[in-house]
Amino acid sequence: MRRIYLDHAATTAVHPEVVQAMLPYFNERFGNASTLYSYGQEARDAIEEARSNIALFVGAKKPQEIVFTSGGTESDNFAICGVAWANQKKGNHIITSSIEHHAVLNTCKFLERMGFKVTYLPVDGYGLVDPQDVKKAITDKTLLISIMHANNEVGTIEPIAEVGRIAREKGIYFHTDAVQSLGHIPVDVDELQVDLLSASAHKLYGPKGIGLLYVRKGTKIEPLLHGGDQENRRRASTENIAGIVGFGKACELAGRDMEGEGRRLSFLRDKLINGILGKIQFSQLNGHPTGRLPGNVNVSVKYVEGESILLKLNAKGICASSGSACTSSILEASHVLTAMGVPPDVAHSSLRFTFGRENTEGDVDFVLEVLPDIVKGLRLMSPLYQEKGES
Amino acid sequence: MMPTYSEKVMDHFNNPRNLGDIENADGVGKAGNPVCGDIMNLYIKVEDNRIAEAKFKTFGCGAAIATSSMVTEMVKGKTIEEALIISNRAVAEALDGLPPIKMHCSVLAEEALRSAIDDYFKRKKK
Repeated sequence: MRRIYLDHAATTAVHPEVVQAMLPYFNERFGNASTLYSYGQEARDAIEEARSNIALFVGAKKPQEIVFTSGGTESDNFAICGVAWANQKKGNHIITSSIEHHAVLNTCKFLERMGFKVTYLPVDGYGLVDPQDVKKAITDKTLLISIMHANNEVGTIEPIAEVGRIAREKGIYFHTDAVQSLGHIPVDVDELQVDLLSASAHKLYGPKGIGLLYVRKGTKIEPLLHGGDQENRRRASTENIAGIVGFGKACELAGRDMEGEGRRLSFLRDKLINGILGKIQFSQLNGHPTGRLPGNVNVSVKYVEGESILLKLNAKGICASSGSACTSSILEASHVLTAMGVPPDVAHSSLRFTFGRENTEGDVDFVLEVLPDIVKGLRLMSPLYQEKGES
Repeated sequence: MMPTYSEKVMDHFNNPRNLGDIENADGVGKAGNPVCGDIMNLYIKVEDNRIAEAKFKTFGCGAAIATSSMVTEMVKGKTIEEALIISNRAVAEALDGLPPIKMHCSVLAEEALRSAIDDYFKRKKK
């Protein structure tokens, strides 16, 4: 059976050119970068080349501002805990949004248990944070603002540059989680006016297990991992050289392909959105109609539950995702959709399709061919649809 | 995160038994709510103290639909007293088990059944 992968926001297949770039670093150039003989130097050179290329890609002034980590989750933990712990003399207050990834939200909750104060800002119906709300939430104890660049569920792109300007005016550190955006839309740390930025390689056709935190020069931050002197003493642990090389290559390819891919994926996205809204009654788009990631489609198909649609789609070879409680271990609908004011039953009916480089227009056509019948079948089972009077 | 379902769960999800509602049902049971994401409606027809017919309509995940289907199969032909002792565990076991986070779906099936029988008793008194 043909399989159609439409969950690129979850993870991507490693690009063949990235695999090729990584391969020598598993067994030929396997050295520990902290050693001074030739193997170590090869490894060191490879790391520093990747670091320079990535620094350039995100607009960092110096390669040393890039700290490699094990992934987006570690980067978010490092940014938030690291800045909170290093700046306790300045205050104890953090501002974030209610639609952040759990890597940010649960880190903030952890800090709350340690005595820090956290403000979770609301969003509007599109999932947008209002920069004026950020401004109003600032107190003389605020030491960090953390707002994501683009949301992982609904793809809404946040007004980061505006928040950055406010943070800078007030002299408060500003972190953004750019895990969903890097490699897909332009990311420039100066344009966004951020001091810290998290990213992860496996969201842009790189390998899993490697991420980065951009730390603007002069930012006071405590390391999470203590040990050796790696990463300028900011992240102990022997470097994941193949991962770093792969991340570097993935950024290089993203720099080359982003513009064209962005246009192509936006076309597929809009075709699928319009197709679903046109073909399926009682369906709605979640998130911003235009200010969203090129590959993100999030819709609710009312009166049917997300997981049951996913199971039916999977039987047809289509791999997608949902904000339904039933796809998580907690029995609550997506915190993102809930924060956007989407009612619980509609949030449970949400479907997310995220496109990537191997998808074609044929994939969109296939989804549009099978989804209406799946929904029709499940609606026949649904008491909510019945109550609606099948009007 | 998608749970792994048994073949029986998938069979009942893909080929639900007793789907629909019963006009002039002798008892209608409801369980669940939109917040938790599962809503189950169960309809029974009772003849001579025996459940002659059982049907369901469910909004919910694969496990919710499969447990609804299974519970309707299990109660058919049973006396009201026999039906009352069907537990959520029995429904889950009949489906060759449910993933732990989906056990609440079997609880819902038990609740919907009890609610349908309660409704039957209420109507009978009138």
